[in-house]
Amino acid sequence: MVHTYSLNGFDIALDVYSGAVHLCDPVSLAAIQLYENGNREQTARQLMAEFPDNPEMTVEAISELLDILDGLKAQGKLYTDDPYSHSRAFLRQDPGLVKALCLHVAHACNLACSYCFAGQGHYRGEAALMPFEVGEKALEFLVEHSGNRRNLEVDFFGGEPLLNWEVVKALVAYGRELERKTGKVFRFTLTTNGMLLDDEVTDFCNREIYNVVLSLDGRPHVHDHYRKDRKGRGSYETVVPKFQRFVQRRGGKEYYIRGTYTRKNLDFLKDILHMADLGFDRLSMEPVVTGPDSPDALSKEDLPGLFSQYEELAREMLARDKQGKGFKFYHYMLDLEHGPCIHKRLAGCGSGTEYLAVTPSGDLYPCHQFVGDKDFRLGNLDQGVTRNSLQADFACNTLYAHPACDGCWAKFYCAGGCAANAYHATGAINGTYNFGCELFKKRMECAIMLAAAREE
Amino acid sequence: MKIKTLNTRDLKASLKEGGCGECQTSCQSACKTSCGVANQPCESKAQN
Repeated sequence: MVHTYSLNGFDIALDVYSGAVHLCDPVSLAAIQLYENGNREQTARQLMAEFPDNPEMTVEAISELLDILDGLKAQGKLYTDDPYSHSRAFLRQDPGLVKALCLHVAHACNLACSYCFAGQGHYRGEAALMPFEVGEKALEFLVEHSGNRRNLEVDFFGGEPLLNWEVVKALVAYGRELERKTGKVFRFTLTTNGMLLDDEVTDFCNREIYNVVLSLDGRPHVHDHYRKDRKGRGSYETVVPKFQRFVQRRGGKEYYIRGTYTRKNLDFLKDILHMADLGFDRLSMEPVVTGPDSPDALSKEDLPGLFSQYEELAREMLARDKQGKGFKFYHYMLDLEHGPCIHKRLAGCGSGTEYLAVTPSGDLYPCHQFVGDKDFRLGNLDQGVTRNSLQADFACNTLYAHPACDGCWAKFYCAGGCAANAYHATGAINGTYNFGCELFKKRMECAIMLAAAREE
Repeated sequence: MKIKTLNTRDLKASLKEGGCGECQTSCQSACKTSCGVANQPCESKAQN
């Protein structure tokens, strides 16, 4: 399978099963499209007909071009057949192995964002803070179930994790102790709305936390429309100076300014650029996750405009690169040479198997987006995973368990997509959240184009 | 008429050489509400 497209003056062919990317011109792109059946005469005739006024279109030149395509095919870089369908692609090999936990240290929040998928931080339950003992048990559970994995990941999540700051610090200290005893490496991450970010938190995070995700939606009126405190006051003025101070002191360590866009800001590019103009250079912007009846929900009719926003974002990033004002956008960060192996791309996101969410009381869920839905409670830290058949459903939820993905060129970039989004859209974890797929594919086209442009 | 092939990881070859499982879980990075696996760097010592 080959995906061909033109974007921002670049003609690009992606050989799906090998991952090879070819930068073409209009003629060679058309040749790649036409030559998949291997018929030289027919392809030559069609090319002549398609480009009648092109002086370069001689019989010899076309023959040379098709020779090149034959060579790429022989090298396994074009028209590659699916070599994975009979491999180990249908089941995770180690469903009981855990390497990442989303620790819900606070089911409580000091903001009340109306679009919050976590129900203003409570996840359809009572407000609660995770006691240290539960977090301690979670880290031990992680080490115990991590097999031969060395890198372990723990995300402090909420609600707002800084509402339980003392426990966060104590758990990091306990994690360091476990590292010394076991040889494992903990990578802690933290997602915060910034309201309680002060110098003490900043210095601790910059020392101990591998990646920090800071929630900001962009322009003041956009951010404050949703991200209000309990009295209805916008939080932009409070959090932006804190985020700026945090990032200035970050010292090159990972962070993301992460926003959400909704139907209210279909021009979300302005919000991304606003973030960049505030001095932030690692940005992420996600489409809202909400029910179709919500006034915030994005719909099919919005897609053409959203596509334009993503394309314009890519062009603007290239322009800012040249001006020395470049920034990173999470979904465009593709490393074509050193990206993940095919196992990662076949295995899916890991929810319910290598990745679990832990509630303040120690219940286990497949991921943070399932927390609060009792149908998806897998077990708890005391007894471990007790819903083995449910876990098996997630273990089997690999890329090749998604029938709708069979013919999709982007499948090795998303691994079948988000199980929670699929479930909420279709009622099945191996369903397809088509709207999300369309946005995802556009982002991947832009990301590959950016990689190509930077190599030119 | 041009074709320039970019340097990319050979996914087919990685079927044999990959699979160490040390790379970051997708949702631990920045999104939390969607899934992309391709922007996780490979952490295999053999690859890097």
